Amino acid sequence: MSTPQPIVSDSLAAPEGGFDWGQLGRFMLSRLGYPIIGILVLLAIWWLGGWAIASNPDTESFADFAPAPAFARLLELLANGYVWEATTPSLIRIGLGLLWAVVIGVPIGVAIGLYASLREVTHVPFQFLRMISPLAWMPVAVLAFATWDGAIVFLIAVAAIWPVLFSTAQGVRRIDPLWFKVAKNLGADGFQMLYRIIMPAIGQDIFAGIRLAVGVAWIVLVPAEYLGVTSGLGYAINDARDTLEYNTLAAMVVVIGVIGFFLDGICVSLIKHFSWHHEG
Amino acid sequence: MSANISIDYITHTFKGQSEPTLKDIALRIEPGEKIALIGRSGCGKSTLLHMLAGLLKPSEGCVRIRGHQVTKPSAKWNMMFQKPSLYPWMNVRQNAELGLVFNGQKDPQKINRLMDMVGLKDKADAHVQSLSGGQQQRVALARSLATSPDLLLLDEPFSALDAFTRSSLQDEVAEITSKEQLTLVIVTHDIDEAVAMADRVLIMSANPGHIVGEMKIDLPYPRNRASASFSQQREALMNRFESLVNDHVPHSSEKNADAESGNATQAAA
Ligand SMILES: Nc1ncnc2c1ncn2[C@@H]1O[C@H](COP(=O)(O)OP(=O)(O)O)[C@@H](O)[C@H]1O
Ligand SMILES: [Mg+2]
Repeated sequence: MSTPQPIVSDSLAAPEGGFDWGQLGRFMLSRLGYPIIGILVLLAIWWLGGWAIASNPDTESFADFAPAPAFARLLELLANGYVWEATTPSLIRIGLGLLWAVVIGVPIGVAIGLYASLREVTHVPFQFLRMISPLAWMPVAVLAFATWDGAIVFLIAVAAIWPVLFSTAQGVRRIDPLWFKVAKNLGADGFQMLYRIIMPAIGQDIFAGIRLAVGVAWIVLVPAEYLGVTSGLGYAINDARDTLEYNTLAAMVVVIGVIGFFLDGICVSLIKHFSWHHEG
Repeated sequence: MSANISIDYITHTFKGQSEPTLKDIALRIEPGEKIALIGRSGCGKSTLLHMLAGLLKPSEGCVRIRGHQVTKPSAKWNMMFQKPSLYPWMNVRQNAELGLVFNGQKDPQKINRLMDMVGLKDKADAHVQSLSGGQQQRVALARSLATSPDLLLLDEPFSALDAFTRSSLQDEVAEITSKEQLTLVIVTHDIDEAVAMADRVLIMSANPGHIVGEMKIDLPYPRNRASASFSQQREALMNRFESLVNDHVPHSSEKNADAESGNATQAAA
């Protein structure tokens, strides 16, 4: 038989016992600790890889891939402005590509979400087009666009449009039919239905689609920038490889990863902002 | 101004179905009347109400409100559902004034009055998801009243609420509709709700859905559910319902039902 426990909850007892360090510790661990552990593991693997490359005579010349030279180089590149020079054009291309994906994908997504017949008609062509690797469009893009920049933006848009379009359509289909009925009954016309009911209802779905699109677009960006252009992160990677500056190459990879991480974070906070699932 | 409604021989068959869901429904509703429409689940009550609201077009016959055929929804006849269906990205006030926004006639003072009327004055800026079911239904009521409708159509609006909230809302709606001289049509499968709110109860039977009889409820508002007269009316309605709906063989006994309808109304009066 267990002895009866005093009926005092921890939270009531805490002020007497002083500050609850255990709780703070758990909080810090969950907020900072786990990500830091993850980063350390990643660095350890990178370091081991670098060590393996350096100790193998065949691959010795790639030793600059290792974390230490890469970070040293990264600091230099940050200081001399090269990182910003390479990043800005890439971000502009990503931004334009996403803009096109949203401008085209959201209206089409809303339409196929609303009209079953349109959904049926577009199903096969859209699934077919979606499965084509964006990079397979490269020859088409090069032919169709006068500038390399135009071609790259096109490739990004082609990659980014599908998640935006499908997520929008799915959001529209999930709208409670009563919401339409009530709004109609209250006298909403088509335009009011669109911007007072449909758009706020699917804001979070649109941004969830954009989040997926950013992921794909960021991956497509680098190979797309191997095309004719002489600026951007992809160009920087290609250039570093051609000039055998492996520390620069590794540093730019870090830059790409960090920016991708932050772009994703922005999307997550936008999804939260446009979500109406508030409890309480 | 309130509405007088005439339903002229409505028959409705849903697409892809061979049997009609509603058949030969004809009735008149006088301005300011409070009508309860009762019947078993699936007999076509909601379908009929959607037609009154202009949200569904009957395959034959038509609904007229003050002589004008109802062809589309309008803020002049407003429907409320079992679910409050508030828009969670708007606060309480924004939900309530939505009909006014759609019609380009925002009126903050009117909304204040309505918020007061439904007892949510101090919740005007609250998130709708933070309200209880009864409070949410009150917001929906305020939203329906905001556009000053002549006719309020309620489709089992209180059936998801607890008994206490339900009866107080029934009384409130009956009081508001009397005061504002609105015509009320409430669909319910709850005999008590019909006796608590209606001047006239229409009894509906299924396959195909049609009205088999009616009963007047002649009690003052607000109705005292504990009174002997309330129990009497309730029992009379229950008996009418049982005899009409259970024994009803579609069409063949129509005349019979009408005859009985007269008797029971007299008995109840
Ligand atoms: N959109 C629809 N399509 C086909 N059948 C329907 C539709 N809506 C309702 N029904 C059918 O019509 C009948 C009456 O439904 P309803 O009016 O909702 O009944 P009640 O409100 O009395 O419970 C039911 O048998 C239901 O299945
Ligand atoms: Mg129903």
